[in-house]
Amino acid sequence: MQKIGVFVCWCGSNIAATVDVRKLVEAAKHEPGVVYAADYQYMCSASGQQLIKDAVANYGLTGVVVCSCSPRMHEATFRKAAQSAGLNPYMLEIANIREHCSWIHKDVESATEKAVILMRAAVAKVNLNVSLTAGKSAVVKRALVIGGGIAGIQSALDIAEAGYNVDIVEKKPTIGGKMAQLDKTFPTLDCAACILTPKMVEAASDERIRIYSYSEVESVSGFVGNFTVKIRKKSRFVEEDLCTGCGLCAEKCPSRKTGNEFNLGMDKRGAVYIPFAQAVPKLAVIDPAACLHFKTGKCGLCAKNCQAKAINFDKKDEIVEEKYGAIVVATGFNPIDPSPFGELGYSRYPDVITSLELERIMNAAGPTGGVLLRPSDKAHPKKIVFVQCVGSRGLRGCDKPYCSKICCMYTAKHAMLIREKYPDTEVSVFYIDVRTPGKNFDEFYRRAVEQYGVHYIKGQVGKVAENAGKLVVHGSDLIMNEQVEIEADLVVLAVAIEPDESARKLATMLTASMDTNDFFTEAHPKLRPVESPTAGVFLSGVCQGPKDIPETVSQASAAAAKVVGLLSKDQLTCNPCVAHSDELLCNGCSACEKVCPYGAITYQDKEVNDHGKREVRRLAFVNEAVCQGCGACTVACPSGAMDLKGFTNRQIMAEVDAICR
Amino acid sequence: MNDIKKTTEQLAFMSGAVTSRCMGCGKCTASCPAFDRMEYHPHQFVYMVETGRIDKLLASKSAFSCLTCFACVERCPRMVEPARLIEAVRLAVERQQGGNRLLPDDVPCVIDDDMPQQAVVAALRKFTK
Repeated sequence: MQKIGVFVCWCGSNIAATVDVRKLVEAAKHEPGVVYAADYQYMCSASGQQLIKDAVANYGLTGVVVCSCSPRMHEATFRKAAQSAGLNPYMLEIANIREHCSWIHKDVESATEKAVILMRAAVAKVNLNVSLTAGKSAVVKRALVIGGGIAGIQSALDIAEAGYNVDIVEKKPTIGGKMAQLDKTFPTLDCAACILTPKMVEAASDERIRIYSYSEVESVSGFVGNFTVKIRKKSRFVEEDLCTGCGLCAEKCPSRKTGNEFNLGMDKRGAVYIPFAQAVPKLAVIDPAACLHFKTGKCGLCAKNCQAKAINFDKKDEIVEEKYGAIVVATGFNPIDPSPFGELGYSRYPDVITSLELERIMNAAGPTGGVLLRPSDKAHPKKIVFVQCVGSRGLRGCDKPYCSKICCMYTAKHAMLIREKYPDTEVSVFYIDVRTPGKNFDEFYRRAVEQYGVHYIKGQVGKVAENAGKLVVHGSDLIMNEQVEIEADLVVLAVAIEPDESARKLATMLTASMDTNDFFTEAHPKLRPVESPTAGVFLSGVCQGPKDIPETVSQASAAAAKVVGLLSKDQLTCNPCVAHSDELLCNGCSACEKVCPYGAITYQDKEVNDHGKREVRRLAFVNEAVCQGCGACTVACPSGAMDLKGFTNRQIMAEVDAICR
Repeated sequence: MNDIKKTTEQLAFMSGAVTSRCMGCGKCTASCPAFDRMEYHPHQFVYMVETGRIDKLLASKSAFSCLTCFACVERCPRMVEPARLIEAVRLAVERQQGGNRLLPDDVPCVIDDDMPQQAVVAALRKFTK
């Protein structure tokens, strides 16, 4: 018989305001096996934990139930306390009377009744608990970073700096991401390329960093410390070790119909191309959809002109398999397509553009060589209207319900830069709220208004129409309570940002959770912001939520610190709550093997002694290092041979019985 | 006739519009073709209903300038649907009961040979029910 102690936490008023904790303690004292029960204001505090340790020593407790918050919050804390008092940590169970009870109920009487039932179930379980010992698994000392934008580059650099090997997988032909496309960066207006390209080069030249560019993650298996990842290296149709990046092929390519992705389709590139001058790695890539050789079997001008003989039209995709101890997700974002907002005329008028398109137009390496010329007639726009919150903060199908966070600042930046470079240009900004929290951010926006005379209008734009060949922006000025019409030569839409479309597929592969907007969910929104709830998966940059460059870089470094903390361990303690099969009950049907999502179950022939009868049987074996304790096999097993340690069928039935009592 | 009392909740119920969703962007007002004919503009309708300043709306002719073109409903990013709210204000004015504009005793004063009798009957029906 167990000697169980029940400890009821008030959690300040979080629990005590809704659950009668004294009543709960009294009820606990009458439960079978319970020899001690107490309540305390903050059980997780040092003195609260001491209360548990003292009771274990004084009453010879063999099991502990803590009625408190979610086990996700403090199970580890209390198990550590129990362990330091000499108890096996798996002899402690949590009854979640906060998230599952006090927080969601109002009526004290019924909430108390429910808390008693939850406590009773936990006590019933502990009565059947046995000591469990966690195994150890080795850590592969190599990290994988998925995404080669500023977030991925920074994480990789920091992991390499700490002395660990790290691979970057980037789906585009070059690393650099969105930041490489930017002109200047707020709030200091330094040139994006000037601060990013040295980092790109540093990543490429660091011997600990391996860059898989133009590659995608194909599959992920394994677990924290020991992931196996298949990476598809898409064929460039160019031998990477031969290409010198001279660019002669791109010059000679006769196909000129494809929009240049780097300049958002505002100019054309060849079928063979180098994404941009500072691309890393600087290698040519052939786009087979545009290449005449692939379409007609003729041409081959690039191959004829390539002195390095690097062009190989027969090159195939390659799959490489690597092992990693930790994975950083840095898949970034894309601006949304504003075409569904028909009233703004993005798909109707060439001079209605997005902010990222303006960024390319303003950039010296962009389609206009950095001269502000509008797309329709390459004229210099004299009147520019910016529209903020396009697709952000809305509830319709084409809207994003969140604030994209970066638009207020980059719009102020664009407005300021234009007024600085072309003082004869009139700049108006339609805004709902100007949101500029951040170091030197509001000062930056005020400078746009006060020093550069940018005209901020509080109100939104109803429609952009054309009148006598001119764009007319119809908006509201809410401070004046007026409708305004502004003639504009160029309209710039600050469109919302959304997670890259590759993120959801990747989340499935990683079994990492996502929110309804496809942003990765963090393990804890405040206290574990760079970790995914899936052990060994870390989050960096906009894949976790909208953020600007300074924030992205901080988070990238934070994720790297977590990775380094993991890789610095030689062994990890496994979860002992894993499945195991009773070989005398197993009938070798393979049902468990089929449902196991981790590939942890194999079948082997083994001689068994079944009550004196010796025979060779086909039996299920669980690889405890791979098993994640999900319990799918225990449900599938028709003979009841499969059971989960720490969550045995008997324990769960005892809990159900206790609840129904 | 202005002693009708309508609450935020009643107008919300009549219109189905959720005024608390409004973030005050003014896109409705920017889109409104009847703007110049209105004393109160669409975003003000939403705000005035939300904050309970409904009497002023009922007293104003603004609701009757609305063309019900639904541009505001179509474009509102928060799905507040101002035009439905304006329609509810119109209904509140139209369907008021217990008004005393025309009492039976007043009929002899207003009636003359030129006025069709039917008009007086209609007025009585409409307002004195």
